[in-house]
Amino acid sequence: MTVAPAAQLSQETLALTKRLFVQLQRRPSTLVAGVLQPLIWLVLFGALFANAPDGLIPGGVSYGRFLGAGVIVFTAFSAALNAGLPVMFDREFGFLNRLLVAPLRSRYSIVLASVLYITSLSLVQSLAIMAAAWGLGYGWPGGAGLLVVLFTLLLLVAAVTALSLGLAFALPGHIELIAVIFVANLPLLFASTALAPISFMPSWLGWLAALNPLTFAIEPIRAAYLGQFSLNAVVLEAPYGSLTAAQCLSALLILSAALFVSIRPLLDRKLS
Amino acid sequence: MIQLDQLSKRYGALQALDGVSLNVPAGCLYGLLGPNGAGKTTCLRILCTLLAPDAGSVQIAGINALADPRAAREQLGYVAQEVAIDKILSGRELLQLQASLYHLDSATSRRRIAELTELLGMGEWLDRRCGTYSGGMRRRLDLASGLLHSPAVLVLDEPTVGLDIESRAALWQVLQQLRDDGTTILLSSHYLEEVDALADRLAILDGGRVIAEGSPESLKRDLGGDRVTLRVREFATPQEAQQAQSVLQQLDGVRQVVINRAQGHAINLVVEGEGAALLDRLRQQLEEASVPVFSLAQSRPSLDDVYLQATGRTLMDAELASVSSRDPKAEKKQAMR
Repeated sequence: MTVAPAAQLSQETLALTKRLFVQLQRRPSTLVAGVLQPLIWLVLFGALFANAPDGLIPGGVSYGRFLGAGVIVFTAFSAALNAGLPVMFDREFGFLNRLLVAPLRSRYSIVLASVLYITSLSLVQSLAIMAAAWGLGYGWPGGAGLLVVLFTLLLLVAAVTALSLGLAFALPGHIELIAVIFVANLPLLFASTALAPISFMPSWLGWLAALNPLTFAIEPIRAAYLGQFSLNAVVLEAPYGSLTAAQCLSALLILSAALFVSIRPLLDRKLS
Repeated sequence: MIQLDQLSKRYGALQALDGVSLNVPAGCLYGLLGPNGAGKTTCLRILCTLLAPDAGSVQIAGINALADPRAAREQLGYVAQEVAIDKILSGRELLQLQASLYHLDSATSRRRIAELTELLGMGEWLDRRCGTYSGGMRRRLDLASGLLHSPAVLVLDEPTVGLDIESRAALWQVLQQLRDDGTTILLSSHYLEEVDALADRLAILDGGRVIAEGSPESLKRDLGGDRVTLRVREFATPQEAQQAQSVLQQLDGVRQVVINRAQGHAINLVVEGEGAALLDRLRQQLEEASVPVFSLAQSRPSLDDVYLQATGRTLMDAELASVSSRDPKAEKKQAMR
């Protein structure tokens, strides 16, 4: 009966994660919709600008190849933005109280389970979109490129998951959470370099796009797709200066760390 | 086994608990009786470490639950009022999840689930999804998840609300059996009969205070006197009842005469002494005063009389009053993290 604390922690975390996956398996609509929506973007937007004049995208890249990186990031971002929903429903229906009455080794196992679940879910969805983009002839990153893509997505997903979990504990109910997700989702896509390069935007929008975390994820992935990825290569010509891949990834890392640190007091209070 | 000392809890303007102290001995089936809004659920939430009191202390099996909540949780099984289950999981999967949260190893988990399936008769439906369960099934599953880790203390919040008579009787039997096997049980209820029939000891809670405490027998005995209900007609008019009241107040051995409007102006009497002779004497005196008698019934004092004595109203009245003043939104907010 006496189990080491670390074993207890992994036992409770795994059990909570398993629950989320069983839910997903029996109600796969989130998984399907999370792939279907970006797929539609990919097909429709790709077709819409298929005849765009040469030189629209700097470097003579076709629009489809340009768009791929944006849609992949959008897929991971949308999935992670929903991270807080299961937690919110558990709060509302009182299932969370059931968990909190149990002698959990650490109550962070509830948060950890959500992070594990949403990370795997969003990576699987992104891989599905990558496969679809490949099928549409928009390319595929090579072996090392794939690692860059996954690592970049991981950083973004961590940041967005932290944000969503924070909202799930701060907001009063799922209606409010869904409203925030709904409002945040598309504007963040448009105000990034997912659909068009900064050089194409009015300067105010260019500034927004150059400060948008989605852009910091999109540009290294785009470089990886074009086979031009190197940590020291400039991937983003922002109005405030040129950013290398390493700088974009560092920005994402700092953002996730900052978000996890800033939601901690809230989690401590709500889970105490 | 459970010691609550001077617990206080305030929600905004509402003083939910106002210095509640309880002492539940080991192996006791203890009832917490009171109308809605009396503070029962708040009291149990604090006991189960879901809520921090503003003041007071909580001891469970010698553990200071406020200082070391995790150790206290290991001793506790909690069956909440609002049954929160995951509709997508089967009952067995929910119990397996619960077993992992209490860190049972897989052999113990399998054995306990098998034992409880047997004890609570869940075999036929445990592998179906929880969303398909009836109220009675849910309650049994919830009880099973509270009992999974064989806790020393079982806490149930209104366990029989909404249950049919059969399920209720079955639940009572299980609780009595658990008590006989040594589990300390604390249950809240606003059903008088339930607490009267089931509890070894009880506390009556009203307005966040304990207004009476003891065994059901001693509480009723201490009250003294028998209760007599007189109906002059099946549905008497107020005038008829008042007329009878003024006659009855003159009689020897009658301590209190109250007209009960909720019972068709029946007249509730508290009389001195016990036994059938009393009723005969009363009947004769009524006849002499030419007060008609539709029915005349005598009973020992009930827990409702204990409540009435302490608060000046019946539990039913308090219940009705609280229903209209309830605020479901505020209640949900209190329960939600």
